[in-house]
Amino acid sequence: MSELAMERPLTARIRPDGEMVGIEDYERAGGYQAARQAMQMEPRAIVEEVKKSNLRGRGGAGFPTGLKWSFVPVGPEAPRPKYLVANADEMEPGTFKDRLLLEGDPHQLIEGMIIAARAIEAERGYIFLRGEYTLAARRIARALAEAEARGYLGRNIFGSGTDFHLRLHISAGRYMCGEETGLLNALEGKRANPRAKPPYPQVSGLFGKPTIVQNVETLCNIPHIVRHGADWFRGLSRTADGGTKLYGVSGRVRRPGCWELPMGTTIREILEEHAGGMRDGLRLRGLLPGGASTDFLTEQHLDVPMDFNEVARAGSRLGTGTMIVLDDRTCPVGMVLNLTHFFAQESCGWCTPCWSGLSWAEQILAAIESGDGHLEDLERLEHICRMVAPGNTFCALAPGAAEPLQSALKYFREDFERHIRERRCPWRNAQ
Amino acid sequence: MTIIYVDGRPYEVNPEQNLLEACLGHGLDLPYFCWHPALGSVGACRQCAVKVFRDENDTRGRLVMSCMTPITEGMRVSIADPEARQFRAGIIEGLMMSHPHDCPVCDEGGECHLQDMTVMTGHNYRRYSFRKRTFRNQYLGPLLNHEMNRCIQCYRCVRYYTEYAGGKDFAVLKLRNLVFFGRFQDGPFENEFAGNLVEVCPTGVFTDRTLKQHYTRKWDLMMAPSVCVHCAVGCNISPGERYGMLRRIVNRYNGEVNGYFLCDRGRFGYEFVNSPQRVRTPLVRDGAGLAAASRSAALDRLAALFTSGRVIGIGSPRASVEANFVLRSLVGPENFFAGLADGELVLVREVLSILQRGPAPVASLREIETADAALVLGEDVTNAAPRMALSLRQTVRQVIFARAKKLGIPAWQDHAVRELAQGEHGPLFIATPAATRLDDVATETYRAAPEDIARLGFAVAHALDPEAPAVPEAEADLQERAGRIAAALLAAERPVIVSGTSLGSLAVVRAAAAVATALHRRGRPARIAFVLQEVNTAGLALLEPRPLSEVFAADGLAGVLVLENDLFRRAPAEVVERFLAGAGTVAVLDTLLTPTAERAAVVLPAASFAEGDGTFVSSEGRAQRYFQVFVPQGDIQESWRWLRDVAALLARPEALRWNALDDVIDSVVGSVPVLAGIRRAAPPASFRIAGAKVPRQPHRYSGRTAMLAHITVHEPKPPDDPDSALAFSMEGASVPPPPPLLPFFWTPGWNSIQSVNKFQQEIAGPLRAGDPGVRLLEPTGSAVSYHDSVPAAFRPRPGQFLLLRQFHIFGSEELSAAAPAIAELAPKPYVGLAPADAAALGVGEGTEVRVRLHQSSCRLPVRLFAELKPGLALLPHGLTPATGWALPDWGVIEREP
Repeated sequence: MSELAMERPLTARIRPDGEMVGIEDYERAGGYQAARQAMQMEPRAIVEEVKKSNLRGRGGAGFPTGLKWSFVPVGPEAPRPKYLVANADEMEPGTFKDRLLLEGDPHQLIEGMIIAARAIEAERGYIFLRGEYTLAARRIARALAEAEARGYLGRNIFGSGTDFHLRLHISAGRYMCGEETGLLNALEGKRANPRAKPPYPQVSGLFGKPTIVQNVETLCNIPHIVRHGADWFRGLSRTADGGTKLYGVSGRVRRPGCWELPMGTTIREILEEHAGGMRDGLRLRGLLPGGASTDFLTEQHLDVPMDFNEVARAGSRLGTGTMIVLDDRTCPVGMVLNLTHFFAQESCGWCTPCWSGLSWAEQILAAIESGDGHLEDLERLEHICRMVAPGNTFCALAPGAAEPLQSALKYFREDFERHIRERRCPWRNAQ
Repeated sequence: MTIIYVDGRPYEVNPEQNLLEACLGHGLDLPYFCWHPALGSVGACRQCAVKVFRDENDTRGRLVMSCMTPITEGMRVSIADPEARQFRAGIIEGLMMSHPHDCPVCDEGGECHLQDMTVMTGHNYRRYSFRKRTFRNQYLGPLLNHEMNRCIQCYRCVRYYTEYAGGKDFAVLKLRNLVFFGRFQDGPFENEFAGNLVEVCPTGVFTDRTLKQHYTRKWDLMMAPSVCVHCAVGCNISPGERYGMLRRIVNRYNGEVNGYFLCDRGRFGYEFVNSPQRVRTPLVRDGAGLAAASRSAALDRLAALFTSGRVIGIGSPRASVEANFVLRSLVGPENFFAGLADGELVLVREVLSILQRGPAPVASLREIETADAALVLGEDVTNAAPRMALSLRQTVRQVIFARAKKLGIPAWQDHAVRELAQGEHGPLFIATPAATRLDDVATETYRAAPEDIARLGFAVAHALDPEAPAVPEAEADLQERAGRIAAALLAAERPVIVSGTSLGSLAVVRAAAAVATALHRRGRPARIAFVLQEVNTAGLALLEPRPLSEVFAADGLAGVLVLENDLFRRAPAEVVERFLAGAGTVAVLDTLLTPTAERAAVVLPAASFAEGDGTFVSSEGRAQRYFQVFVPQGDIQESWRWLRDVAALLARPEALRWNALDDVIDSVVGSVPVLAGIRRAAPPASFRIAGAKVPRQPHRYSGRTAMLAHITVHEPKPPDDPDSALAFSMEGASVPPPPPLLPFFWTPGWNSIQSVNKFQQEIAGPLRAGDPGVRLLEPTGSAVSYHDSVPAAFRPRPGQFLLLRQFHIFGSEELSAAAPAIAELAPKPYVGLAPADAAALGVGEGTEVRVRLHQSSCRLPVRLFAELKPGLALLPHGLTPATGWALPDWGVIEREP
């Protein structure tokens, strides 16, 4: 095993020419060893190992993976079938990390799912893929066929006596489908409205059966944890959270992209060393550290390590770990309007604060941006942010939508007020 | 019971309920939209937010949605908390963003839950300054209006219509603040319970289209507690009148019977009261036609009959117990005949005797709804006793509630329970000749002739209890099916058997009784429910009338008094014509000018249910009083008063006693022991609250001094009401009366019908002081016996068809068929055939054929019934000239040349 593979286990195999890793190459590089190994393990032992690894969900919420699995009823009394779903509905603006894994190394996801299914004794799995990821769809389909042909999927996998049927489901394409329970409804052919919790999917999920929904990146970590152990995995990280993390940067930086780095790499290191810093003549004004639904951080936060607790302490969220950078030549009001438009449009229309609040916020921001704003509009925006605070809405979409807005009102208030005072967008003619 | 603390005060609450229900049940004001007591909680609207505190030291607390919060012992809650109040005000502001400012022209205005909740939360200024979102509305048929701009996206409509009532032609479309609730294209609602959307919708998206034809605000309506007359279920209703016209019907909650919902026939059938076919003055035959006559002329004519010979009376299953009783007294029990076909009378007697004999007690709708297994023998329930079908649709959910409970999911957590169910339904077996509207939730359906349906029932009974008679020559298939049904019923804790008189088969009714008896012998507390055909079929039968066929055979009659009955619906036309021609003077008392009335010598204008008082006995054996809504113009009065007036002219002593309804009730109670309970159906007319009567008009009734000003400037004194404790006035008792006297639901701040919350012992429980009605029939003994009259299997006869009645919710019932909106929805006449039989006859859908039975015949187009058993033919009751035929019977169907 190469040093690279031990440092960047998730992306080491990904080919520079953009082709996917086929099953021969994957197995030659040690692929499916972990799955074979897992077939010899007791399900409980896999869960324990994952718990010990301190792996936390990479979809945004950061829930400890092993703990989540331990809520699934196991044993002969447990309801059947049980389901494992890979959430590959990567649709958050600014987030493109799962795409890299899906297009580059689909077998890694499949192997992760085989092991996770073993751990929770699931006999059926789905990969719920964003509709626009057409290349990923073709490659996953090929990888599924390859794995099935070798007996790694389907009946009696690896001769273990257990079954795991894995299917690819291509989403009809709404942001809400990426929400854990909205996804389950969508998979059942219903409107992608979120479901009330409790009951949690681990108890009553897909088709009313115990279900685990897990982000792609999270699942891709599983084979490596099983293969190299929890201690090794924790050692990859610079902080308490185990493993590496796929960090991404978009915005007007020199080299936008996505890199696998130790968990807890600082914002400065990601931004300056990997993304090459701001483009010439541009100054950093702020960034959304974990995708569109996280609070702005600013220059003062550049030395914050990007892990779940540290980013939270700075007033934002690690989210998906893919940051969107705002420069000084881009209007912050316009940026927030663009994001709010997205969230308002993607609201499923179920709970009042979300469907009414976000569309109101969008209209207020549009008015401010076009020079029709009033100072009391800022109070209204703050009011809307309070209304959609966590716990007040049915799911996390609207609280997430409020994060860039409420932090922009905090850090860029002067820019909002200037729009209102001057009755125009100061950036519009300045460029 | 559990103690919780709300704003520092302790309350005893039911831990099975959620926090919202617990608060509302104690009369606390907490606004809500998406929750509905019958639909449970889904947490969509976020309006019912309250603060919950960890313990007494927690001062911050956290916001929770009370509808989604289970009760815990000692829980500390605040409704008044400033943050919770602000949040609720913010939600209302969000809901009202695009809501039009059209309350003054909105039909919901004055009884709008959204208005009430908006006022309750204190929202009065719209900060939203942008364009409101607008929609295109749909045409949804003759019953409901659609005004989507008023929608607040609470999702109750779609949850009620699709999830609760099983409708498939209505859904939610689009996203964000543009969610649209509608059909995939314009057209009438397909579901038979769509009318409830009027009350389920918290604002004016779905409103009563019939009301719109003659619109009146709730506060301007005169209302009275009443009972629906359009089938035998006995749903409680609250009709409203203004300017002498019946304006609309809304539901009147009765926890044991209709709960929160009515069927569309019950809600929209009322317009027969305003029909141009109404008889409004006495009519006396003058040459070839009927001419208006004075009361005294008509009454003298009737009184004279009694001195000239034998006068008989024909009672009515749609007239009150009191009217039938007075008729019986006037003509004498030996001359009192059932206004029912003989076959039906036999069946009804058998049903009543089964209910009195036991061992299975009758099931109320609530008991059907909470049963965990059901067997339906021979009834298309949706068409024959519609509201009961809505209950059976909930029966199949009981097993899921039980399973959810094991997983810690409370029954009120609606979507979680439905998710767990995955469309799985508890045991419901339906055996009928043709497909029914409940088949989609049935475990198994069985399409068969009445004989075979009875054989299935007996086979189930025998499988449960070997003492029950065996089915001779039972086919293996029948035995297996019976075995499956028996196992499911036996596994249930509260099984219910549903049957009835629709098929006209005594064997089917007895088979149902046998199953219930067998279950009792196996220790299962089974209940039984029978579908009867008309509102007071049971009440009439309990007065022990003689069979109608004896009337047709009688001769030398001086006259016949026909009480609220169209004989052409009871016997073939030739028979009725012959009888009417030779029966001496025919006098008819009725609301509508029926074919029978058209042939009478004297017609007296009878009060409809809205213009008189009386007692009906439902198919549950529940005696319920209905009260006069308004005083009709002209000579219309209750049938019992007309008959009393005749008796008075004859100087009968009892006529002098019968001044008011309670006097007649006293006589009934004194002379018919089985009906003794009817007195307790409602408080007597002498009942007062602090010396005052109960007002029929809301306290905001307007125009009292103005509404007759174009006639006289003197405000007339409100009419007296000797028959009830209700007053034709807005003045009177200011506290709620006992439930049988509740004319409408209304409390301060709760102007919509959702104010019913304030009248219940607990949310969705019985009304305070008990649900209205007295059950007259309870099993008296524990003697268990079986009828051993198992019929032979059905054998098709070459060249003949077994003709059966098919009921239709719209069209089969006589009175509602005179309501224009109902008539519009009624099917066209037809004869229903199995496709194979039609092919053999060389006919197809729409081909005209001649249907013959004995001397009668009629020409009808063919309608194909895919699942109908070959050898059977269906005749839609009330829609063809064959309505009076005695069915089932073997008839002939021929191609018309």
